[in-house]
Amino acid sequence: MSVDTARAAVSPPRGTAARRVSSSLSAKPRTRLGLLLAAPLAWLVLVYVVALAALLVSALWTVDSFTGEINRSLTFDNLKEITTESLYRTVTIRTIGVAALVTVVDVVIALPIAFYMAKLASRRMQRILVIAVLTPLWASYLVKAFAWRSVLSDGGIFQWAASRIGLDTPGYGLTAVVITQAYIWLPYVILPIFAGLERVPNSLLDASGDLGASTWQTMRTIVFPMLTPAIIAGSIFSFSLTLGDYITVNIVGGANQMLGNLVYTNVGAANNLPLAAAIALIPIVIMIGYLTAVRRTGALENL
Amino acid sequence: MILSASVRRLLAALTGLILLLMYLPLAVVVLNSFNTSKSLTWPPPGLTFDWWERAFHSAGARDAITTSVEVALASTAIALLLGTLLSMALQRHDFFGKSSVNLLVILPIALPGIVTGIALNNAFRGILSLQLSIMTVIIAHATFCIVTVFNNVQARLRRMGGNFEEASADLGAGIWTTFRLVTFPQLRSALLAGGLLAFALSFDEIIVTTFTAGAGVKTLPIWILDNLFRPNQAPIVNVVAVVLILLSVVPIWLAQKISGETEALR
Repeated sequence: MSVDTARAAVSPPRGTAARRVSSSLSAKPRTRLGLLLAAPLAWLVLVYVVALAALLVSALWTVDSFTGEINRSLTFDNLKEITTESLYRTVTIRTIGVAALVTVVDVVIALPIAFYMAKLASRRMQRILVIAVLTPLWASYLVKAFAWRSVLSDGGIFQWAASRIGLDTPGYGLTAVVITQAYIWLPYVILPIFAGLERVPNSLLDASGDLGASTWQTMRTIVFPMLTPAIIAGSIFSFSLTLGDYITVNIVGGANQMLGNLVYTNVGAANNLPLAAAIALIPIVIMIGYLTAVRRTGALENL
Repeated sequence: MILSASVRRLLAALTGLILLLMYLPLAVVVLNSFNTSKSLTWPPPGLTFDWWERAFHSAGARDAITTSVEVALASTAIALLLGTLLSMALQRHDFFGKSSVNLLVILPIALPGIVTGIALNNAFRGILSLQLSIMTVIIAHATFCIVTVFNNVQARLRRMGGNFEEASADLGAGIWTTFRLVTFPQLRSALLAGGLLAFALSFDEIIVTTFTAGAGVKTLPIWILDNLFRPNQAPIVNVVAVVLILLSVVPIWLAQKISGETEALR
C-alpha cells in the first residue's frame, strides 16, 4: 500500500464546511488556542480589567463639594487624604486586624477537624462529615450573620449559657464581628485544608512513625510543610472575604467601621465616588501584595 | 503514623464540638422561625406556625427567589461556557502570559467583593452609561463565577491527560467529534460540580449585587437585607432561610453522588 492511500484512509473525508474547519484547526494549534481564549479573555478584560483600571483612574478625580459634580482633572488629593488622615489609618489597621484574626481562628479550628476527616474517619464517616461541613455554606450569608446577632444579643442564648459559668455575652462589637466572620467563612477554610491533607500519603506518615518520629515531629516536619499551600489557599478566602465586608459589621459590629463601610458610605450617602475608589485601593493593594507573596508557594493552584 | 488512643479521642471530640458550634446558629434560626416572640431573647416564650403560613403567602419572598434563580442560572451558564474554554486553553496549550491569565481568572474572587462591586458599578454607570438592571447583575456574577468552573474543569483535564483525545484524532475524528464523544463525557461531572458551586455563589451573593442591581431588581439576599430589621418580617426571613437549608440537601446530595462516581472512575 502506498503512503498516499494510507493517508487517505486515516484523514477525515473532506466535504462539509465543519469538516474543513475541523481539520484545518487540528493542524493549527495556535489558531485553536486563539479561538479558545478569545471569548473568555475578552469578557475578563472588557468587564473586569477595564473596570479596575477605570476605578484606578477615578480615584484621581475629585468631587465638587458644592455641586456634587465629578471633576475629571487628575489630582492626588484623594490618595493624599487616605494616606495622611488618621481615620483611614485607624480603619485600615482595624480591618487588617479583624481579617487576620478571623483567618487565624479559622485555620486553628479547621486543622483538627480537617485532620480527623482526612486521616482518622472511616470512609462512610468521611462522607457524612464532608456533607456536614458543606451544608452551612448553603444557608444564606445574611441569615447566618443575623443568627449570630440573635445568639449574641442581650438576653440571647449566649448570655443565657454564659451566665451559668459567670460570663457574659461580648455584645455587638469587633469581637462579635470576628466570631461571625470566622463562622461564615469556616467551611471555605476547612475544605482546601481537607483536600490538602488527603494528598499527604498515609505511607509517608507511617514511614515517619516507623523511623521513630514522634507524632509532633511528624506533624512539624512532614504534614505542615506539605500542607502549607492548602492552608494559604484557605487563608486567601477568609482574609479577602473579611477584608471587604461591611454587612456583618452593620449587623453585629455596633458602631464600628471597617474599610468596606467607608467605601459604601462614600458611594452612597456621601456621593463621593472618587474618594470611595481611592479607599477601595487599600484592600486591592493589600490583596495583590498577599497574592504575589504567596504565589510561589503554589497556593493558587489549591483554591 | 501512630496516634495514641487519647489523641484520637481528643480529635474526635474536637470535631464533634466544632460541628456543634457550626450548627448551633442554624438551630437558632430554625427555632426562631417558630418563635412567638419577635425579640431575640432566649428561651423563646412559645411556639407557633404563624410565620410559616405567612411566609408561604409572601409575594416578596417568592419573587425574590425567582429573580435569584434566574440570575444564578444565567450567570452559571455563562461561567460554564467561558470557564470551560479557558481551562482547555490553559491546560492543553503553552503560551506567553499564561500565568497572568491564570491570575486574572482568580482575581474577581480573590479581591474583596466591595472592590469588584464598586469597580463594576463605576464601569456600568460611569463609563458605559448603562442603566443598572438584572443584566448588569448577571454580568457581574458571571465574572466571579468563572473561576469555580475553571478550577473544576482544569483539575479534571489535568487528571485526564491528552491520550484519549489524541487517540480519537488519530482514528480520524474531527475536533467536534472528539469533544462531543471523548472530552465532554469525561468532563461532565466536573462541569456539574463547578456549575453547582457557581450557582451557589451567585445565589447567595450580596455585596457585588448591591452595587450592580437596578432599583427594581430584588434578588433573595437583597430582599433578606431589606426585611431583616423589620420586626414583622424578620421571622419570615427565618422561615425562608430554613427552607433554603432544607433545599440545599439536593445540590449537596448531587455533588456527593458526582464525587462518588468520579471515585469509581479512578
